[in-house]
Amino acid sequence: MHLSPDQIIFWQYGFFKLNATIVFTWGLMFVLAVGAKLITRTLSTELQRTRWQNLLEIVVTGIVQQIEEVGLRQPRKYLDFLGTLFLFIAAASLCTIMPGYEPPTGSLSTTTALALCVFVAVPFFGIAEEGVGEYLKSYLKPTLIMLPFNIISEISRTLALAIRLFGNMMSGAMIIAILLTITPLVFPIIMTVLGLLTGMVQAYIFSILAAVYIAAATQVRPPKTELDGQP
Amino acid sequence: MLIDWFTVGAQVLNFLILVWLMRRFLYQPILNAIDAREKLIATKLASAAAKETDAQKEHDEFQHKNAEFDQQRAALLRNATDAAQAERQRLLDEAGKAAAALRAKWQKALRNEADALHHAISRRTQQEVFAIARKALSDLAGASLEERMVEVFTRRLHALNSSAKAGLGEALTTTADPVLVRSTFDLPAEPRAAIQQALNATFSADIPVRFETAPDLISGIELTTNGQKVAWNIAEYLDSLEKGVDEFLKTQGKPEAKAARKPEEAMIK
Repeated sequence: MHLSPDQIIFWQYGFFKLNATIVFTWGLMFVLAVGAKLITRTLSTELQRTRWQNLLEIVVTGIVQQIEEVGLRQPRKYLDFLGTLFLFIAAASLCTIMPGYEPPTGSLSTTTALALCVFVAVPFFGIAEEGVGEYLKSYLKPTLIMLPFNIISEISRTLALAIRLFGNMMSGAMIIAILLTITPLVFPIIMTVLGLLTGMVQAYIFSILAAVYIAAATQVRPPKTELDGQP
Repeated sequence: MLIDWFTVGAQVLNFLILVWLMRRFLYQPILNAIDAREKLIATKLASAAAKETDAQKEHDEFQHKNAEFDQQRAALLRNATDAAQAERQRLLDEAGKAAAALRAKWQKALRNEADALHHAISRRTQQEVFAIARKALSDLAGASLEERMVEVFTRRLHALNSSAKAGLGEALTTTADPVLVRSTFDLPAEPRAAIQQALNATFSADIPVRFETAPDLISGIELTTNGQKVAWNIAEYLDSLEKGVDEFLKTQGKPEAKAARKPEEAMIK
């Protein structure tokens, strides 16, 4: 029994290796990209459209609405990053119903990679929105004493993102594997269904948290219009 | 160690590639399609609103025109009714006048016809009476009508009253023209001599006489001189006959005339 798909190595040459995490990630990337390409190949701009187009429009507009509800004023600007985070984690969880599949998000390397992306993306979007000075000043707020705590907060939440996702996905896969050995009839199916739900919730939590972090970084200074509107 | 840093790096790269792939094949096409559709819907809504505005405008215009048309129609109808009424009145007046003229003309023609008929009947009656008298006289007394006429005429000359005789005598003396004796038939010499003799005897003088034949006298003899006249003819009898016939016709004709007038009046109305 292995805790992570990183341990399934198909090919290795020194530092370079081809493990199950990377292979299944490529598989997911292929499915997502080719599926999106096939559906968007014949997009209709008229009122009549295909069911697949309707599905994709619902998904994309749903993500955009969620980003907007978090508080980001220009949701389409963050759609590429946050939407891909959600779709990748959700697809990785949904595919667990296939036998022999190991979710890449069950690897701490993958969740760390995603958390690192969020860790970089937060200051990236913050600086792009507010400028370097304003962004860095946010670490000194409300007082200078809070600087180390803010930095620790940045690191710890990134770590929390990675560990939370890894723990949930890994535990789900582990529980199914254990139950298969004990009661191979009904319980694994129930746990798989539960795992699908957990996976979707984790995808939602991960992307929403990333959106909240970005929103916090880009909205250091509330807009003047909103302040003027206050009584 | 659960974290393999090569895998971390590879997954970061994979994620970035996936972000690009999703942006290229999913988000941009879908968002563009949504934007295009929203634009299309907005255009259609704007077009529909414009059409609705136009339709409302045309509706209002149509209603306005309809009201105007109704008013014009009512006015035209009123004018036409008035004109028709006036024309009807004029035609009725014209028809009344024409009917009156026609009636007058008809009545005149009827009167003329009645006069002509009356005249013809009188003439024919005179001729018939004359013929009957002639025949009856010839059959009963063996005498000719002309002889009896001359006899009656001469007797009348003898029987002239004094005033008439004086007037006639004065007329005979004041004129140089001979006395004119007209008769419906050519008088033979004997009756002429009898008349001459009767005149001479009546006025005790030799009276010059000129005899003429006048068929229109209707069986009679007439003496005229300087405005004075002595005559006998059958027309005197015929006048009394005519009066009797006229009275008879009047008493018989009244109901028929009334009955005949009614349909005529109905036609004029």
